[in-house]
Amino acid sequence: MGQSKLKIWGSAFLPIILLILLLLAFLKFGPLGVFKSSVAPIENVFIQEVIFSPEHIALDVINDGPETVTIAQALVNDAYWQFDMEPSDTLRPLESGKIYISYPWLEGDFEKITLISRNGITFEKEVEAATITPTFNIFYLKTFVLLGIYVGVIPVLLGLMWFPFLKMLRGKWYSFLLSLTIGLLVFLGFDALAESFELIGSLPQAFNGIGILIIGFLLAVLTLSAVSYKTQKLTEEKGEHYRALVWAYLIALGIGLHNLGEGLAIGSAYAVGEIALGSLLVIGFMVHNVTEGVAIIAPLTRNKERIQNILFHLILMGILAGVPTIIGALVGGFSYSAVFGVFFLAIGAGAIFDVAYDILGQMAKDNWASIYTVTNVLGFLTGLLIMYATGFLVVG
Amino acid sequence: MKNKKIIIGVFLVLLAVLIFRSIPREAHAEPDFKKMQAAARNYCTNPNSTDSRCADYFMQNYHSGLQRTAQEKIGIVGKYGEDDGFNPMEYLSTWNFNNLPAEERKTYYRETKRADGSLLREYWINAEDREIEIAPGVFFPAWAYNGQVPGPTIRATEGDLIRVHFTNKGTKPHTMHFHGFHPSAMDGSMPEDFVYPGQSFTYEFDADPFGVHLFHCHSVPLKQHISKGLYGAYIVDPKNDTRPKPDRELIMVMNAFDTNLDGENEVYAVNTKAFYYAMNPIKVKKNELVRIYLINIVEFDPVNSYHLHATFFDEYRTGTRQEPNAYTDIVSMAQAERSILDVRFKYPGMYMFHAHVSEFTELGWMGFFEVE
Repeated sequence: MGQSKLKIWGSAFLPIILLILLLLAFLKFGPLGVFKSSVAPIENVFIQEVIFSPEHIALDVINDGPETVTIAQALVNDAYWQFDMEPSDTLRPLESGKIYISYPWLEGDFEKITLISRNGITFEKEVEAATITPTFNIFYLKTFVLLGIYVGVIPVLLGLMWFPFLKMLRGKWYSFLLSLTIGLLVFLGFDALAESFELIGSLPQAFNGIGILIIGFLLAVLTLSAVSYKTQKLTEEKGEHYRALVWAYLIALGIGLHNLGEGLAIGSAYAVGEIALGSLLVIGFMVHNVTEGVAIIAPLTRNKERIQNILFHLILMGILAGVPTIIGALVGGFSYSAVFGVFFLAIGAGAIFDVAYDILGQMAKDNWASIYTVTNVLGFLTGLLIMYATGFLVVG
Repeated sequence: MKNKKIIIGVFLVLLAVLIFRSIPREAHAEPDFKKMQAAARNYCTNPNSTDSRCADYFMQNYHSGLQRTAQEKIGIVGKYGEDDGFNPMEYLSTWNFNNLPAEERKTYYRETKRADGSLLREYWINAEDREIEIAPGVFFPAWAYNGQVPGPTIRATEGDLIRVHFTNKGTKPHTMHFHGFHPSAMDGSMPEDFVYPGQSFTYEFDADPFGVHLFHCHSVPLKQHISKGLYGAYIVDPKNDTRPKPDRELIMVMNAFDTNLDGENEVYAVNTKAFYYAMNPIKVKKNELVRIYLINIVEFDPVNSYHLHATFFDEYRTGTRQEPNAYTDIVSMAQAERSILDVRFKYPGMYMFHAHVSEFTELGWMGFFEVE
């Protein structure tokens, strides 16, 4: 017994041990010279964040290249400006640092910051409209909480209030509503994916944004699938309405995750002055997100038997879907990192696609061809179009 | 049932209030200093902070202090190292290797009297690859005549014979192309004129016409060979000089460097090192005649200029006439244009000189005269 166990462990670790030995040998004697390039060093410094305070600019930088980089000079708007750097002006690969520049920047102006390395390589960051970076105080706390409420909570709750009306729908109209919901969800899912992809562009290369996206997306899909598999038996015991309730919660959760990502994006865009949060934009988001409330209640509307405490459930779902926007806006506004943005948007997309697929499966009832009725197709397309049309309201 | 209606009613009222009370307002166009100060309070919790913002904040003179700090911080950080072998202060008044001890000078420059009284001036110049420091801590992989940018200044009198023994110790084909009269075989601009690495060529021509000229590499790609640093001043003095005699002569080559090879310059200067004469002002005396030989060799930008504060000067365009063309305080030049400027300072003090293309000023092309 003991011997075979040893065998198992041995065979498990042998390749790893050999790999380590090989790496050691490679480092000590190996043909490393072959891989050494003779061209100029590839220097890459990424300016992650620009923090504006009165007459002062601070930068968060990370060396995301393979070479050690020394920052020799800094320019603001094509003028040399003196700077201090912590912990030192030399950054090893993946090391991050802070750069402080006293500079008379202008509120609302375009500002371009350029760092020059010892070898004359330049690293640039452009800020569309400079504005004081929020620090954690009551004024901004209020701003971001309100932002989250307007963009997330209110519209979702408003959408939920269609519940009594939608509950009256029967037969074809119910199918229409369900397929419309799938349309809304699919649009949201792609929207979240696209935003996630877009954010990858603002990540340092070394962070491997696609990896974060895939992990987030599959994490959501697999977790939800596992949950619904686990609860399958329970659902069958408790009946149709219970399943509908679980769905509604899952949709709310998926939309909540999507809204968390959206809140991150809006909060950070506001904080770095990329969008002017005019009342029009906020109203646009409200109209756009009302549709999310509709998506949540759709599965609940068919049950003949009454679900107990439905109002309580609805409000809870509204909170589940809407409140993450507040959290997102706060996190995005005060300590934004695009890594979170990519991750949560991917999770949101995964959750939404998973739920949409579940509803679709339920509609199909093992006969996939049966879902392609005119009503369903029209409903689906209407869902897409509603999202597309209300999307025009949020052109920042 | 009644309860529910009340809850929904309250909820709706709350919604309405929320919507009307506080839709975020548009940002102020003017900075709100009170708000800024409030924001700064969050940064500055430690009175011993080395952060300049906080030092000012705790000095109670918050905003003007911040403004002053931000204004004073313009410019570069750090100091120039000593090891790159080029001293812009020495370069100002160096020609024909007159900065070297006699023995060493002979390896680069020799003059021999000719029958008609004029001189044969012989130069030994090579082109080489060399890393030079163009701003403190910023190094540029230059191509350089005798390892310096600008190259050594060649100066002769009208009618002298100039003979340049040129050796290419670099890695690309180079030439020396002089502005001035010469036979086409001495032009150094056609592919058959290119001097390949390890090879040599001797340029020979008469110093003619008098003026302030230049020489540069004419190998291709031309803009690369120029912007990498292969240029220098070539001055020919008139045989019968009727101009006032100068007390000081200064050579100034306005140049720039494209460090990241994007076709735009990151560093501008006069005589290569950004802000060098701002850190080390050029000392001159009140009322003495300062003659400036000014050359523009900036690549990529169509126009450069030279502006001197608080004084006017005579400009001899290209230096080819002995009467001034203008009495002014600014000269604008395209690439390879040059002028002689005769300046007298009326008052003692510090006087700035810089490109009045303001962008270049703040990218390094600025210095001071200190008048005693």
